[in-house]
Amino acid sequence: MKHLGEYRDADTTRRLLAEIGELATRPWSIMEVCGGQTHSLIHHGLDQLLPPTIEMIHGPGCPVCVTPAAFLDHAIEIALRPETMLCSFGDMLRVPGSEESLLAAKGRGADVRVVYSPLDAVRLAEAEPTKEVVFLAIGFETTAPANAMAVKLAHHRGLANFSMLVSQVLVPPAIEAILRDPATRVDAFLAAGHVASVMGTGDYPELAARYGVPIVVTGFEPVDLLEGIRRAVLSLEEGRTGVDNAYPRAVADEGNPVARATIQEVFELCDQEWRGLGWIPHSGWQLAPAYADYDASLRFPASLADTHAAPEPSPCRSGDVLRGLLKPCDCPLFGKECTPQTPLGGTMVSSEGACAAYFHAGR
Amino acid sequence: MDPPDSSLRPTGRSCPSATAGHATGRVLMGHGGGGLLTQELIRRVFLQAFGQPSDGLADAAVLEPAAGRLAFTTDAFVVRPLFFPGGSIGELAVNGTVNDLAMVAAMPRYLAASFVIEEGLAIADLSRIAQGMAAAAAEAGVRIVAGDTKVVERGHGDGVYITTSGIGHVPPGISLSSRHVAAGDIVLVSGTIGDHGMAIMKVRENLGFEADITSDTAALHTLVADILRCCTATRLLRDPTRGGLATCLNEIADQARLGLEIDEQAVPVAASVAAGCELLGLDVWQIANEGKLVAIVPASHAEDVLQAMRDHPQGRQAAVVGQVVADHPGRVVTRTAIGGRRVVPMPVGELLPRIC
Repeated sequence: MKHLGEYRDADTTRRLLAEIGELATRPWSIMEVCGGQTHSLIHHGLDQLLPPTIEMIHGPGCPVCVTPAAFLDHAIEIALRPETMLCSFGDMLRVPGSEESLLAAKGRGADVRVVYSPLDAVRLAEAEPTKEVVFLAIGFETTAPANAMAVKLAHHRGLANFSMLVSQVLVPPAIEAILRDPATRVDAFLAAGHVASVMGTGDYPELAARYGVPIVVTGFEPVDLLEGIRRAVLSLEEGRTGVDNAYPRAVADEGNPVARATIQEVFELCDQEWRGLGWIPHSGWQLAPAYADYDASLRFPASLADTHAAPEPSPCRSGDVLRGLLKPCDCPLFGKECTPQTPLGGTMVSSEGACAAYFHAGR
Repeated sequence: MDPPDSSLRPTGRSCPSATAGHATGRVLMGHGGGGLLTQELIRRVFLQAFGQPSDGLADAAVLEPAAGRLAFTTDAFVVRPLFFPGGSIGELAVNGTVNDLAMVAAMPRYLAASFVIEEGLAIADLSRIAQGMAAAAAEAGVRIVAGDTKVVERGHGDGVYITTSGIGHVPPGISLSSRHVAAGDIVLVSGTIGDHGMAIMKVRENLGFEADITSDTAALHTLVADILRCCTATRLLRDPTRGGLATCLNEIADQARLGLEIDEQAVPVAASVAAGCELLGLDVWQIANEGKLVAIVPASHAEDVLQAMRDHPQGRQAAVVGQVVADHPGRVVTRTAIGGRRVVPMPVGELLPRIC
């Protein structure tokens, strides 16, 4: 494919791998934050080609993996109401809530639709005015602009039958939570390039300085990933901290001002629960008061008590995986009780989840 | 056929349902009642397309037996939308069963087709589907000799479901089976993968991309005949339909209790299909094909078979994609473009596009 082949070029990857091998004089642990990067590392077999000095730790940047079970339970409850149609991105459907997944609920008669864009959900609301159309607005900063646009569009068109159940999460607070953890083994971070393409790089210098780590904004193709790793190793070897943009073809320092303004208009910061990581302050977005009419959590309140403090009772150790404390294949449940067919945690569902990526790649 | 609908009157052209059906141009519940409307539907749609049997309509087709071994198969076809770039459910229903027969080396002879029609389907659409079936059958040299129709209430079906069953005869001396697969054998694919599934997805999901992607639906038995003429020791043929190449290769590895080593770069994929998969976060190896086959042949015949495939219209882009190995039995391993290795998983279930 045009403009993709050059970032999957075998000669360039070989050259970068050799360079990384020469640069690294001691073992380094580098976390790729984003699940898309994890998927790419494993899909292309890069993890096996890296020199033994470099250990890649797979971070929490997979929306399917960190969306809490209580949120899914609420979504399922809404989907089972006779008047609703629940629209979701495809890979949320298999994630287990505390009792069942959306796919299972669909089998029991819930009207659950897969959409490719939140704007499709708005169109469905327009086409089916007798249905309450609820969109599952999940994801990181990358999905937020389109989700915000959908709310604005519904508002503009006066669609009273459209709402969103929101679980938007933010990358910088998650990186900080990992850095704060005394058990952390992460020496450097590869920040998610597409998140930075929306939000810019402004959040990272302070984090890098406060915790003394290199943060390299990195893309997703093999050449992009290796260039990010090369720069991280170079910084580590030279004892430098700070932010480096290894994905300038997509990321401007200020991000995308139009997307940021749209997000700022529609959403506001909130505390957020992360599956496997618990509550992290100011790590999510909820609909701003001006758009509260489109908040499905207010329109269809959960019948279950708020589980704000209660941890999820599960043998799943995805929290340790997401913090880089456990390799998926070292989990006692991996490939036994927990497989993509019978996932115990979100990390086994999405192809971006570290556990599923390991399972599928036969690691 | 079901007992006649009690609302249908037994006589005459004055039947209000009949005129109603004619006037609306849509399939009504009465078309499944077994009475005049049913006869009209069979005459106007199916006999029109498939031809009038020489000895009239009977409860079963009476056929001359073929010498040797028979192959017999059945397949149900459910697809939304009914029409897509490159074909319709009609062509799929014929080619799918023809190909199932072809994969055991059988020359297809006869098909039977059952239609479960949703009330409200435009009769013109049903006719188009039947014409598509007739054309596909003529091209494949197979006769549709038996059929049935039922009508279900609106909301109980996606327009029409078609089940086809097929009979073919297997030439003597040919035996295709995973038992014959051995380490060192070569794996070939007859052309680009993922075309059918992506063509369907493009129209079904209303994705709005302009790419020129059409279904690859086609009958493969003449390609199979060419392969077998070139190599009677061909081990195994499979068509990677639902679940795509990944499912097909995993099934072969599992049944043969051997490993498969596939070169990712060697698998033919159309640029537009690859781009669509990148956009949607789908794995092209998991996407359905309706006119492709995987062949396992002894290494000594691989070049000849490849040439024979490329000389056939359905195999122009055929390629050697890998080989059978004694290592990692039951597993399919691919060498990635940049030199890494990865196990190709069996797809779990429904294809679910990734979020971002």
